[in-house]
Amino acid sequence: MSVLIFVENWDGKFKKLSFELVSYGARLAEMLGTQAVALSIGNVENSELEKLGKFGAAQIINAVNDHFDVFDGQAFSALIAGFVKQEGATVVVLSNNNSGKAIAPRLSVILKAGLGSGVSKLPLSITPFIVYTKVYSGNAFSNLTIKTDVKILTLAQNSFELIETENKAIVKNAAIDLELASVKTKVNEVQKLSGKILLTDADVVVSGGRGMKSAENWGPIVELAELLGAATACSRPVSDEGWRPHEEHTGQTGKIIAPNLYIAVGISGATQHLAGVSSSKFIVAINTDKDAPIFSAAQYGIVGDASKILPKLVEAVKELKGK
Amino acid sequence: MKILVCISQVPDTTTKVKFIDDFKKLDTTGIQWVINPWDELSLTRALELKDDASNNIQTVTVAHVGLVGSEPTIRKALAIGADDAIRINADPDDAYFVAAQLAHVLKNESYDLIFCGIESSDFNGSSVGGMLAEFLNYPSLSSVSSVKIDNGQFCITREIDGGKEIVTVPAPAVAIVQKGIAKEPRIAAMRGIMMARTKSLKVVDPVAVDSLTEVVKFEMPKPRAACRFIDPENPRQLIELLQNEAKII
Ligand SMILES: Cc1cc2nc3c(=O)[nH]c(=O)nc-3n(C[C@H](O)[C@H](O)[C@H](O)COP(=O)(O)OP(=O)(O)OC[C@H]3O[C@@H](n4cnc5c(N)ncnc54)[C@H](O)[C@@H]3O)c2cc1C
Repeated sequence: MSVLIFVENWDGKFKKLSFELVSYGARLAEMLGTQAVALSIGNVENSELEKLGKFGAAQIINAVNDHFDVFDGQAFSALIAGFVKQEGATVVVLSNNNSGKAIAPRLSVILKAGLGSGVSKLPLSITPFIVYTKVYSGNAFSNLTIKTDVKILTLAQNSFELIETENKAIVKNAAIDLELASVKTKVNEVQKLSGKILLTDADVVVSGGRGMKSAENWGPIVELAELLGAATACSRPVSDEGWRPHEEHTGQTGKIIAPNLYIAVGISGATQHLAGVSSSKFIVAINTDKDAPIFSAAQYGIVGDASKILPKLVEAVKELKGK
Repeated sequence: MKILVCISQVPDTTTKVKFIDDFKKLDTTGIQWVINPWDELSLTRALELKDDASNNIQTVTVAHVGLVGSEPTIRKALAIGADDAIRINADPDDAYFVAAQLAHVLKNESYDLIFCGIESSDFNGSSVGGMLAEFLNYPSLSSVSSVKIDNGQFCITREIDGGKEIVTVPAPAVAIVQKGIAKEPRIAAMRGIMMARTKSLKVVDPVAVDSLTEVVKFEMPKPRAACRFIDPENPRQLIELLQNEAKII
């Protein structure tokens, strides 16, 4: 018995979401009276692997293979399923990010294991195994029973706190015997967004809507974001108009995010927009219309014109940071 | 080449959901049912691919697991332009059940490209596409924002954390789509609505499959505390509150 955590790497490095996953898996293992095993696939140095131990992984399986520069959902799922069986894992934890979404459902079929997607807290109960998941795009939640012996969970990003411990993990190297012929995906080109804080990783997000009026008015949003170490986002009409890149579109049909702080400027707060941001811990709204629905989702609000308020906020943050 | 688009039926995205039977069931009174937004975009892209004669696509079929009550939604997909439809006559229990039903039907009918949405706006599970692909032993590409056909292969753009990858994959394959796959969903024209009535909608009996999960109860989100308004003349107070009260910056 164990909890197996699949920890993806980005060019050999882990990031906050990796540590959230391990923190979650370790707590879950504690609830189950078992140990947390982290599985890394690819080329990651030992010093990096050991970081996973600090967040509570008792063991780390280091599966090295040069051919895994190509992410192939089918091959990865088969491979992870093999480790689940080998370790006798009863719960498998993955991120609810792009690769987790690609792997978890396939794994569910291979192992005939029920899947709980996008969980944001530890199970509500172990027998029966009940998890808490978001449904109706955040307008409700479900208590979902997973009826199978093996369970698969994907953890929503930014939803579980990092828990550092004194723990040190044992790193075990594992060989991968995978036929290259089974990898059907061929990557022709990779386009990376370099030097930017990823919207899904960000702790603070500054977001603009149609109330910003035009692309030229984005200066103070970008400046405020830079000062706060935040990522920038926007509502759908803004990316449809081409004022901002599509990667920034948040909401039901865009990115679903859960930062600690979401600052919504000139965004009305339509249901479909809130579907993407309602898990934020704090929401701040700036809007000329005091009846805008965004204020019912916000903890702090300013009723006023963004073009007047944003520069003052920028000044205040500069003062705060002593710049 | 033949394309299959899997469609799910969901409450209109502005619905304020309510529950009955002690929070065990969705209250369906007054709910307007629509094609899941992602599936509508998949269908649009499938039809765009078919419109380009050089892609040599014979048919675009839609498949749905649901009871007779969802036929208006399927007819809508036919009105938008799908050639025919399959309805597997079962209440969709969970994602595994749905994927297993679809996979069973597809054992006897081969499609080169299968579209699924990245999630349905009701259960947000991001599950059916990947599960279906695994049942069929097909490759699946997730978070897909563009699909083109090139010499019988699919040229697909998918999102990865921190960027995009352009990949090729041979047929048959499952594309699990998200934003970007089509600009605007195609709307049914009058002629399409007339024609939809005569298109084939095949009803198939389900096979015995046990679901792996079950919703035992729904909960409403906890109400947020009332918004605290800050004097627009003194926005620096906001920064102070974020720093000292909320302690997040
Ligand atoms: C199927 C479907 C999916 C959708 N998915 C998404 C999605 O993923 N994300 C999304 O965002 N939308 C989505 N939408 C669209 C959504 O319904 C809204 O139309 C959209 O969110 C509105 O964007 P907005 O708030 O920027 O613009 P508006 O609704 O036009 O609001 C602009 C706001 O700015 C305020 N304002 C105006 N001037 C100023 C000023 N000078 N200073 C401060 N405030 C000002 C106004 O009071 C208003 O509240 C979807 C719609 C559908 C049907």
